Amino acid sequence: MSLTNEKIIKMYTRMVTARLLEEMLNEMFNEGMLHGTTHLGIGQEASGVAPCMTLMEGDKITLTHRNHVGCVGIGMDVKKILAEMFGKETGVCGGYGGSMHMVDYEKGNMFASGVVGGGLGIAVGAALKMKYKGEANIVICFIGDGATNEGMFHEALNLASIWKLPIVFFVENNGYAVSMPTYRSMNLQNIEKRAESYGMRSIIVDGNNAIDIYNMTFSAVQSVREGFGPMFIESKTYRICGHSRSDTEQLYRNQKEMDYYLAKCPIKRLEEYMLKNNIAKSEMLKEINTQVMDELKQAVLYAQNSLEPSLENIGKYVYAK
Amino acid sequence: MKEITYREAINEALAEEMTRDENVILMGEDIGLYGGNFQVTKDLILKFGDNRVMDTPVSEAVTAGCAVGAAMSGLRPVIEATFSDFVTLMMDNLVNQAAKIHYLSAGEINVPMVLRLPVGCGTGAGAQHSQSLEAWMCHVPGLKVVFPSNPYEAKGLLKAAIRDDNPVIFCEHKLLYPTAGSVPEEDYTIPLSQANIVKKGTSLTMIAYGYSVQKCLVAAMQLKPKGIDIEVIDLRTLHPLDEDTILESVKKTGRVIIVHEAVKTGGVGAEISALIAEKAFSYLKAPILRIAGMDIPIPFNKTMEQACVPQILDIKKAAERMMRR
Ligand SMILES: Cc1ncc(C[n+]2csc(CCOP(=O)(O)OP(=O)(O)O)c2C)c(N)n1
Ligand SMILES: [Mg+2]
Repeated sequence: MSLTNEKIIKMYTRMVTARLLEEMLNEMFNEGMLHGTTHLGIGQEASGVAPCMTLMEGDKITLTHRNHVGCVGIGMDVKKILAEMFGKETGVCGGYGGSMHMVDYEKGNMFASGVVGGGLGIAVGAALKMKYKGEANIVICFIGDGATNEGMFHEALNLASIWKLPIVFFVENNGYAVSMPTYRSMNLQNIEKRAESYGMRSIIVDGNNAIDIYNMTFSAVQSVREGFGPMFIESKTYRICGHSRSDTEQLYRNQKEMDYYLAKCPIKRLEEYMLKNNIAKSEMLKEINTQVMDELKQAVLYAQNSLEPSLENIGKYVYAK
Repeated sequence: MKEITYREAINEALAEEMTRDENVILMGEDIGLYGGNFQVTKDLILKFGDNRVMDTPVSEAVTAGCAVGAAMSGLRPVIEATFSDFVTLMMDNLVNQAAKIHYLSAGEINVPMVLRLPVGCGTGAGAQHSQSLEAWMCHVPGLKVVFPSNPYEAKGLLKAAIRDDNPVIFCEHKLLYPTAGSVPEEDYTIPLSQANIVKKGTSLTMIAYGYSVQKCLVAAMQLKPKGIDIEVIDLRTLHPLDEDTILESVKKTGRVIIVHEAVKTGGVGAEISALIAEKAFSYLKAPILRIAGMDIPIPFNKTMEQACVPQILDIKKAAERMMRR
């Protein structure tokens, strides 16, 4: 399945949705409308959305604390995402989860772990089931560069490799784990090297180029689907915002570096590509932005007008009935 | 005396111990320039340099293991988990290694390390960043577990923990970080395994630790005009317990309420109530009561998050009910 114009427009729409959603969340946090904390993926929209566009019915993904982009990428309803941010009953997790744990199994998002690396084992297990049942499905396990320093990462890659599981490990290398740059956390230029030591095929992509990510992930996914064993993708991108709500000073990086990556905005680059290749006219892009904004405003109203979860149900889901 | 926050008290204890003993080193995620996830180690890297304040990768297991080995070799590492929930990833090194080594070497080798853990809910961080898992560590002979309730306690207990020759789990409640209190100008320590009677009383004993001590004190103050005179015990060290202070107080008042934020089942309160039942049963005028966190994961929704752990009103109501018996 090559990348049709229709699919590019859909991908663009989701990237814009993620961006506008997160800008909105940031504002609402600043105004004190939201409780808790959040990790924004602004600047990582290509890395978060494009891989999801390669998936088919029944495929699964696992996400991290920085999960909103992936949630939009897999096609989750923004109304339910926003309602979850407000802790409402209508949220994707009924108000129990919050920003770090957006889950929508039906849509393919198995789990988002706030514990770094928490998704690795889960993703391997999901892939095991697919292989066991002889299904044609695959899993994409999204993790950050920081997670590749956890012991679980190495165990998960090895197991997936020896068992030839249908899984793609997709590392969004955004340069940092909170304040720790990758050049200080590992003596490696490319994280991709780590896959090699587990006998796993790997590739590096420009994490701010949606078209490249789509194409390369698509061929990886296809070969994994055909039973050739797991693959590893290192997507080199950049986190534009602070790590979380508490990361205000950001002494660990400089403006020059940020400007360099601001200029490589994945959304701007996709727009340029679409215009240059006559996939869309600028009026159409504007129209998409307006529509997305309207949808998000509606979604905020929906979230605000939704009910709080009932206290009676506070213990309802501790055990399966 | 001077007025400083809980956060500053811990920072000062670290700085003073590092100045006193060059073997004290710090390891943890983002504890350097970033100052720690809760800003507890702020500026320590500027004072002591990056060979004593070491940022680690996101690698909790080896950080704990490295602390054990360094401690066995003569250093006094103090490590930080960004949230206490991630102690799960350090558990083998704590439980199977650190806690066993002194015993298995027939006393030859010490493991003088401290693990600092930001504990508790109330920040809207959800189920994986809000737990109170301190009881797990209490179940392991060889580990000590400490949980200070205010800045004075935090500074004195941390200094004692760093000077102790055993692995010490040092719990810090996140909601206490910004709270202020008086702390002496001069060097002091607070001995481990010694509970503190924060407020004397005759009607009823409340036993708590960490943030819950503050809640009990407010409840006690508000109940005083109603003629209920509560004795509040701050456990300070959860393991090994100061049994004497607990038992003496219970023998005096005959009524006990144990309060903690950690879930009720298998919690520290269960241990204390068993202790009282075993050793002071005949003094009891009412059944022992535990007011603890609900046996559920911490929900994100703010109202639910508040409802699932003991609040001042719950403590007050329970005390009044107990006195009416
Ligand atoms: C096991 C664990 N350790 C530490 C943390 C605190 N923490 C949250 S996000 C994060 C950085 C993770 O970096 P990376 O995997 O690169 O993801 P990014 O935040 O850059 O998206 C850390 C250390 C955590 N949540 N879980
Ligand atoms: Mg990162």
